[in-house]
Amino acid sequence: MNQASGTSLIDLQNISKTYDSGTQALQSVSTSIAQGSFVSLLGPSGCGKSTLLRIIASLVQPTTGTVSWPSTGGVRPADIGFVFQDATLMPWASVLDNVYLPFKLQGRALKDVAPQIMDALARVGLADFAKSFPRELSGGMKMRVSIARALVTRPPVLLMDEPFAALDEFTREKLDDDLLALWQAENWTVIFVTHSVYESVYLSERVLVMGARPGRILHDMKIDEPHPRSRAFRATAAYGQRCAEISDALRHDAGAV
Amino acid sequence: MENSRFLRILVPTLVGIAFLLIWEMLVRVKGVPEFVLPAPSRIWESLVLNFGSLMFSLWITLRVTLSAFVLAVIGGVGLAILFSQSRLIEGALFPYAVVLQVTPVVSIAPLILIWVGYDNVEIALLIIAWIVAFFPILSNTTLGLRSADHNLRDLFRLYGASRWQILSELLLPSAMPYMLAGMKISGGLALIGAVVAEFVAGSGTSTGLAWRIIEAGNRLDIPKMFAALLLLSALGIAIFFALTWAEHRLLRRWHESALKRES
Repeated sequence: MNQASGTSLIDLQNISKTYDSGTQALQSVSTSIAQGSFVSLLGPSGCGKSTLLRIIASLVQPTTGTVSWPSTGGVRPADIGFVFQDATLMPWASVLDNVYLPFKLQGRALKDVAPQIMDALARVGLADFAKSFPRELSGGMKMRVSIARALVTRPPVLLMDEPFAALDEFTREKLDDDLLALWQAENWTVIFVTHSVYESVYLSERVLVMGARPGRILHDMKIDEPHPRSRAFRATAAYGQRCAEISDALRHDAGAV
Repeated sequence: MENSRFLRILVPTLVGIAFLLIWEMLVRVKGVPEFVLPAPSRIWESLVLNFGSLMFSLWITLRVTLSAFVLAVIGGVGLAILFSQSRLIEGALFPYAVVLQVTPVVSIAPLILIWVGYDNVEIALLIIAWIVAFFPILSNTTLGLRSADHNLRDLFRLYGASRWQILSELLLPSAMPYMLAGMKISGGLALIGAVVAEFVAGSGTSTGLAWRIIEAGNRLDIPKMFAALLLLSALGIAIFFALTWAEHRLLRRWHESALKRES
């Protein structure tokens, strides 16, 4: 539904990445990500999906090719939300201070942004834990703090690098649902890296299936089932069929290697 | 809880009292001469008798130890921060810090005394104690500054953090547990350095506790020797507990090492 707008937020042109060790992580990847869409990068370990995400975030420079952001004059917006596989919180800082970090680094005073911080915490369901320290929280709660930190500045795009992979299945499904609800409410663009076929089909409007050695996009699949999706979606035939198609595509590539 | 407190405090205290009682009894029953081993009661007497001069010496040793420690923290942390900003500087200087550390300080001490001069003995003591104390802080802080989570580093870069912000908001807090561990080692080493330096300096204007021990030994005033030794131990213990307490206060809310676990 969000994809209806159709304008492109990020254009990737002919991206390749070869590391100094000689490993070719990515080979001529080209695609564009539409404003407001939910896109998953799916593939086995070593297919370069995390590298691609880091190139989009400009944490890694591509060897060749360009990333451009047409809607913001070509350059990456200063505000970008990034969620790692681990919660990546500062253990010495309270939940509040962790979520305050993006503002703090912009030089903004805590008292000016406190309402936004509390709002972000409320949106991930942690309003009562502002004064807690990371070690006092469960794995799922830490991940929520990490998401609150990523969305507190209301960035136009949220990049997520296998964010829920280390969590148990119940927590992961709950966070998947919460993420979908937030995405629908906020009109973000989400790029979600995962190695779970089921998670990618459940969440996304579009799945980019990637293959390894060298990393490249094998298939660009639309999951044109309506949002909002609920757990009932996981029991539908359409869901099962999508998962099977993607699994086959991945298996076919693995067999060819 | 109760049980662990009992084990931690009461039991060692009881052992100590029993040890002193047996010592006192043996010395009295066997009639051991005082210049071989004085009874605890005699050591106490000597401590009371020489209280003024021993306290003055304690103050000298304490002053040298604490100044050397504070300067070691400033020098060690400062140099480690410099290293964290430039691999080139680290590569250029670190080997010399190691040389300074591995050369036995007793062997450099006479040279330092000659350079600084016997009219500035306290400064010489300070330099010697500093050399001994600063290395653990330098090496631990250097390690700590390098141990920051690389994903957090990426996050800071993503938000456009400045060099100073990365240092103050990320590297220094990450290094804190390492730095404090280094300080705990250095606190004890500063005292050892001060004592060794006094031994080497011998006489002159230095009148710290170590010098009192030598002086009392020369006069065969063994109870006074023990009294000075007692004060030195007390000083060492006080430094250790003060630093342990500081470490606990600073880390208790977040670091593994300071957490209490239910078992």
